[in-house]
Amino acid sequence: MALKTEPFVLNIGPLHPSTHGVFRLLATLDGEVVIDIEPIIGYLHRGIEKLAEEREYQKDIPLCDRLDYVAAMSHSMAYVMAVEKLLGISVPERAEYIRVIMVELQRIASHLLAVGSIANEIGTFFTPFMYMFRERERILDLFDMVCGQRLLYNYMRFGGVSHDLPEEFIPALAKFINQMPGYIDEYDQLLAENEILLVRTKGIGVLPPELAINCSVSGPTLRASGVARDIRRCDPYSIYDRFEFDIPTRTAGDCYDRYRQRIEEMRQSLRIIRQAVEQLPQGKVNSQVPIRVRPPQGDVFVHVEAPRGELGFYLVSDGSEKPYRFHIRAPSLINLTPLREMIIGWKLADAIVIFGSIDIIMGEIDR
Amino acid sequence: MQALSFDEIAGLISAKYAPEMVAPSQGSLVVGGEHLLEVASYLRGTPELDFDYLISVTAVDYRGHFEIVYHLTSLQHSHSLVLKVRCPQDKPVMPSVVSLWRGADLQEREVFDLMGVSFAGHPNLKRLFLWDGFKGYPLRKDYSSGT
Amino acid sequence: MEVGRERIYSAAELDAHEGALIEALRASSQQPVTDPDEWLQKELQRNVLVTSVDAVLNWSRRSSLWPVICFPACCAFEFIGASASRFDMSRFGMDILRGSPRQADLLITAGTLTWKMAPQVRRLYDQMAEPKWVIAMGACGITGGIFRDSYSVVPGYNRIVPVDVYVPGCPPRPEALLNGIEMLRQKINARSISTEGE
Repeated sequence: MALKTEPFVLNIGPLHPSTHGVFRLLATLDGEVVIDIEPIIGYLHRGIEKLAEEREYQKDIPLCDRLDYVAAMSHSMAYVMAVEKLLGISVPERAEYIRVIMVELQRIASHLLAVGSIANEIGTFFTPFMYMFRERERILDLFDMVCGQRLLYNYMRFGGVSHDLPEEFIPALAKFINQMPGYIDEYDQLLAENEILLVRTKGIGVLPPELAINCSVSGPTLRASGVARDIRRCDPYSIYDRFEFDIPTRTAGDCYDRYRQRIEEMRQSLRIIRQAVEQLPQGKVNSQVPIRVRPPQGDVFVHVEAPRGELGFYLVSDGSEKPYRFHIRAPSLINLTPLREMIIGWKLADAIVIFGSIDIIMGEIDR
Repeated sequence: MQALSFDEIAGLISAKYAPEMVAPSQGSLVVGGEHLLEVASYLRGTPELDFDYLISVTAVDYRGHFEIVYHLTSLQHSHSLVLKVRCPQDKPVMPSVVSLWRGADLQEREVFDLMGVSFAGHPNLKRLFLWDGFKGYPLRKDYSSGT
Repeated sequence: MEVGRERIYSAAELDAHEGALIEALRASSQQPVTDPDEWLQKELQRNVLVTSVDAVLNWSRRSSLWPVICFPACCAFEFIGASASRFDMSRFGMDILRGSPRQADLLITAGTLTWKMAPQVRRLYDQMAEPKWVIAMGACGITGGIFRDSYSVVPGYNRIVPVDVYVPGCPPRPEALLNGIEMLRQKINARSISTEGE
């Protein structure tokens, strides 16, 4: 005899340990199976776009740091690149190299957190997370050495970076990039063939490439579905065309692939950092741009490959000291578009893993 | 598998549509609001253009009219294009492109929420970030928070 | 298997209800809640007879502060950093982060508070069992910080809940947070059951 079932609505969040911040998920369940979900966001909407339009260009750099607080370097770099394009100024060689080193370190730090969270989500409460944090702290120490902050750096400036690297930075970085591959191998030993992780992630939450493209998904989530779109390669910015690195892709597009994708990208980032350190030239790190800038009228769109995907800044200048329009193309927000298709039909416990494997940051979604 | 420059794309478009429907201007195509869906499906469906990836949708308040800006790219040909559509301030309604690119879904809701431009044909057009009952559209230039 | 999809409330009704809650809380929270600092004046009134009881109670309270999860934004990562391997918050008996407010006695407000979020934080605080304490972490938690001018940001958690300890910084380093926790422990130590509940 088939049992009759009735759907019920389960509200998850906005404050919930597994929602990566203040995200609310209204799930309709039939037994344990999710039959409908509605993501509700905006609980961290701080109005950054409006605030940025009310402040001078220079004062918006700290706001950009606070967009994605796990990848502050990448975000402020994208913003200063957009303003530099508006102003038509160039950046000294050494500053370009320093920027690349910083954003690639930031990518590793961010992916460490993402991988740790996926492991958390499947129930290994905080054990792999602690391993990831051990290395993340070392990256934060490197940032601390350069700019005195652990999380929100305010290091990028129009026409370069705020100041040169301290003397002790390069030896410390060299030590780190020599040790990090060993640590990544250690994660693989712990996780890659782990029975529980395989059962909980293989084949779960498949994102087909056609859907991913149609939904404008970007970053590791897109590449795990087999689409090799990486802005560093398809629209090279800064000095990325000088480095040798691969764009790893996966084929299945499930949670396991999204986790593996991030591990591979960490290795590629290490390759880039190693080459950048070898080629690092001497010279100026800042091309004396006045603090108050007045870009000429016009609009500009700059996109970069942030750890979570394609981050874009659309700026409109009316010739005054403040941006007329300041828009952020936030990868985390747009990566949520196919969430319904990915989750519906899976059990509630899988929904949390699928959600975690997209790797979102609320600060960037809500802005 | 050939990337087209902006002039080539603009040439293809001008050959097909009258200038009052689509006009190239400063590196972007300015499209009339009522023709947006037609032009967009041409851009998406034509094999040599094949704009299959919508990067971003946003709106700018130019005091008097809104300008909706679409950034498109083609993964296969790796060329990109900017579409700009004007819409009057007193009647801020636009056709939704969600049927062509699902990626516009949350972004159009964001524009609706913060700029107050509604999109006809959007499947679930309601506030995204702000709560029900919030007065005004903060990204409009005449908005003041009253503090 | 056919499943019915009727709901008691439609999505629009739920949204309207939430919006009304937010607007009501916003209207009633235009002034800060007074910080609970009466322990400063009442220190002298402590009853000698209950000191041992006080000592035991306060020792147990300050040594097992269980924080509830309230991680809206940036500061959360410094909070997680403080509780992770290097800074090891467990030494203060704080290693268990509670997902449920009913099992927690400390609210660490790690991040910007928006009006949309405010009813939830208020409810979280109301659901915590007495005695309970609040640490406002970071510039946003204290005054709204860099986002103070925004149309949707609450200028400080003390509009919504009474705050015991303020930890400045944007974000505060884990050491600063640990210092704030140490201050709270001293504050708890100054409590007396003879003056509680007045």
